[in-house]
Amino acid sequence: MSRIALETLQAKLGAKVVETHSHVGDDTAVVTPDAWHAAALILRDDPTLDFDLFVDLCAVDYPKRENGRFEVVLHMYSTTKRHRIRLKTRVGDEEGNGAEVDSVVDVWMGANWFERETFDMMGVVFRGHPDLRRILMYPEFEGHPLRKDYPAQRTQPLVAYRTEEEAGMILDKIAPFGGDEGMAFGRKWYEKGGGAS
Amino acid sequence: MATTTKVLQGSEQGFATTRLDDLLGWARKYSLFNYPFVTACCGMEFMAVSSPRYDFARFGAEAPRFSPRQSDLLWVVGTISQRQAPVLRRIYEQMMEPRWVMAFGTCASCGGFYDNYTTVPGLDKIIPCDVYVPGCPPRPEAVFDGLLLIQDKIASGVRKVSVVKPRQDPAEHLVQINAKPTKKAEKNP
Repeated sequence: MSRIALETLQAKLGAKVVETHSHVGDDTAVVTPDAWHAAALILRDDPTLDFDLFVDLCAVDYPKRENGRFEVVLHMYSTTKRHRIRLKTRVGDEEGNGAEVDSVVDVWMGANWFERETFDMMGVVFRGHPDLRRILMYPEFEGHPLRKDYPAQRTQPLVAYRTEEEAGMILDKIAPFGGDEGMAFGRKWYEKGGGAS
Repeated sequence: MATTTKVLQGSEQGFATTRLDDLLGWARKYSLFNYPFVTACCGMEFMAVSSPRYDFARFGAEAPRFSPRQSDLLWVVGTISQRQAPVLRRIYEQMMEPRWVMAFGTCASCGGFYDNYTTVPGLDKIIPCDVYVPGCPPRPEAVFDGLLLIQDKIASGVRKVSVVKPRQDPAEHLVQINAKPTKKAEKNP
């Protein structure tokens, strides 16, 4: 129950809190990207809030949004007050350009690798991050694989694959689950126009 | 030409004739030095195969060598990510001839359900493979089928690719038990 956190954020940041949401003890605040770092500092340092534990940071891609395509999501927990909050911000245009937000590594040290992962997978740049490199993919990798516009079957092999003449056998893989991979929500469904934000 | 076999008794003396290739193959197939390249959950099944309950030491394959330069059989156990592909290639190149490779599990054989940017769709895209053991993970019995196939290949010198065939599905039997009783069964009280 951290409705108090939402109220404090709204009192201190005013119109920079774009929207808030509360549902069965699950509280969310959406702030503008320029208030991202300030909001994190308020949540950590305000003695009535005291969010001392960083839980998770990730990003969500909404490819059809014109403004704020990527939603960066931050989860915090207070070990003393025992409440949780989710903080969001929306960055980037439809092409994915300008997806930049301030780093919160100086607020919670645990955010370091999570921001690297978010950068690696989604291409959100965290300003002021001490070491913003890829963490899961290899440095030679081009693009950001969890963006919705990354082709689902595009691979970037580090080792050149053997040719079928070299191997003397058929190397083609047989699709194990058929055309839609056994999932109604799979690739085919998305290509037909499913998944509107 | 018919061949005859005579078992020598304790007091007798004798000799056997064979071809050098056959003798070498026979010696090699019962002293496989393994290099386990274990990357994923199939590793658990590999441990089951190597531990006393199933125990592949019975087939003379109990010695793991954690250097590819000393091993004959490369077990690729689990998913091969694109990032690991150069490592696997390097390890295979370091092994000395003659060498054999076993793809343990569906991921190593064809990439499994990882049909995306992370995973190599089958280790045969990078290195030659001798035996594929399907299963997610394969049961130890299937792994032994694969190991025996490897031994046959070593003994015969044939390098043709082979795949372990599925045995009868044990769940089939369970489905029959839970199926609705037939009319014939209803008539008999």
